Amino acid sequence: MQKYSVFSLIKNAFSDHQNWEVAWKDPTPKKEYDVIIIGGGGHGLATAYYLAKEHNITNVAIIEKGWIGGGNVGRNTTIIRSNYMHDDNALFSEFGMDLWRKMSQDLNYNVMFSPRGIINLAHSDAQMNAYSRRGNSMRLNGIDAVLLNREEVQKRIPMADFSDNVRFPIFGGLMQPSAGTARHDAVAWGYARQADSMGVDIIQNCEVTGFDVTNGKIVGVRTSRGDIKAKKVGLCVAGSTNILAEMLNMTLPIETHLLQACVSEPIKPLLDHVVTFGAGHFYCSQSDKGEMVMGGDLDGYNSYSQRGNLPTLQHVLTEGIAMFPFLSKLKMLRTWGGIMDMSMDGSPIIDKTHIDGLYLNCGWCYGGFKATPASGWTFAHTIAQDRVHELNAGYSLNRFNTGDLIDEKGLGTKTWIS
Amino acid sequence: MLYIFCPHCGSRSQNEFAYGGDATVKRPELNKEISDQEWDNFVYLRKSPRGKHLELWHHISGCRQWIKVERDTSTHEIFKTYKADELTE
Repeated sequence: MQKYSVFSLIKNAFSDHQNWEVAWKDPTPKKEYDVIIIGGGGHGLATAYYLAKEHNITNVAIIEKGWIGGGNVGRNTTIIRSNYMHDDNALFSEFGMDLWRKMSQDLNYNVMFSPRGIINLAHSDAQMNAYSRRGNSMRLNGIDAVLLNREEVQKRIPMADFSDNVRFPIFGGLMQPSAGTARHDAVAWGYARQADSMGVDIIQNCEVTGFDVTNGKIVGVRTSRGDIKAKKVGLCVAGSTNILAEMLNMTLPIETHLLQACVSEPIKPLLDHVVTFGAGHFYCSQSDKGEMVMGGDLDGYNSYSQRGNLPTLQHVLTEGIAMFPFLSKLKMLRTWGGIMDMSMDGSPIIDKTHIDGLYLNCGWCYGGFKATPASGWTFAHTIAQDRVHELNAGYSLNRFNTGDLIDEKGLGTKTWIS
Repeated sequence: MLYIFCPHCGSRSQNEFAYGGDATVKRPELNKEISDQEWDNFVYLRKSPRGKHLELWHHISGCRQWIKVERDTSTHEIFKTYKADELTE
């Protein structure tokens, strides 16, 4: 594989950039693989990469219905953080933060990781108490957390509404300085390029139409490009999880819902951090191109449409304007939607299943992007060793049966209520 | 914008409604021995189909009645709506 560096950039400039190697190949599916990963999104690509890198399993195929990176890894708001209170989530995410920090070097691909810090705003004394509790829990798990008072928040984001007589005055906020953003497409492409170079087949435009299970063991998948045998199969398909589960006669604690995001027209650098509104569900950061990147609530009813509805967008942006009044002056550039695998306790599932050789990775709710490296790393471990790693032991499928839920937000099973 | 036909009030915009989730899940019967698996099925497990989905909506800013809506989850087409106690096809 061609190494990307300033020297290769200069060298290729002389040939008008016509001679770059393709970043990944377009292979025809083989008859059989050791492992098939279904879903060529961030998590699937990362899983294949870590299978090859950490476990020397390279006879691997990624099967993708559309094109790689065309699902939620290309549709998120690029936020990376580990500001969780529960141990399972905190330790898993902080392990991921470490992978994020090394990712550009590790993949030889600039993922533009930008640890610009995230601020969760608080709008009441009770919320300040809750954030101080969460911050303390984070620090006990070795994650950086700083409780900011009103003045400290104002210094960092003076454009927020600090005027008198507002409905939701800013009391302060909880900041994780090491959180940030990354270039989402680069994450998918970087993992794809490295996985491909280690022998992984990335098979696009190939839809899974069924599974071959014999005596409780997976033996292969049926696809639109023919049947492919496999010793092990991993599902990494986010919002399409229930569609595949139905083919396997499985019912999961997952519902598919639509989440929208949007960007404004680009403006000059203004906002240094990722900021979330505490009196509703709205978050905002500024991209390197200058667009304000915004997101918030689910559309609120089961949906596979990948296309949002206006009432929710209007509601979310109303919250945005309450937080940052200047947003009302901006024109909207783009809006889009992605379909989320909303789990019944708000936490993901990375586990084995009752079918031998079939592994499940789903339930990422609002937080799939930031989990990409840690999810890939632990899922690869689970598949390669046929047992869960301690980092994803809590993300078991049967926790809904045993009652060991990880209810970070305490939302219950109404997944569409945020 | 979805327009939902409330069997009590007529066609109204989605802004008047609150979503209530899958209408096909059944609470286990009272006064019967219920296994953990049955509770699990009722509380947590959902089919979440792509296509026809029977779901509950609450006409909260209208007549405040719960209704059942048969809707396509990929096109958002609404096929039919029912009163809460009406039998579905």
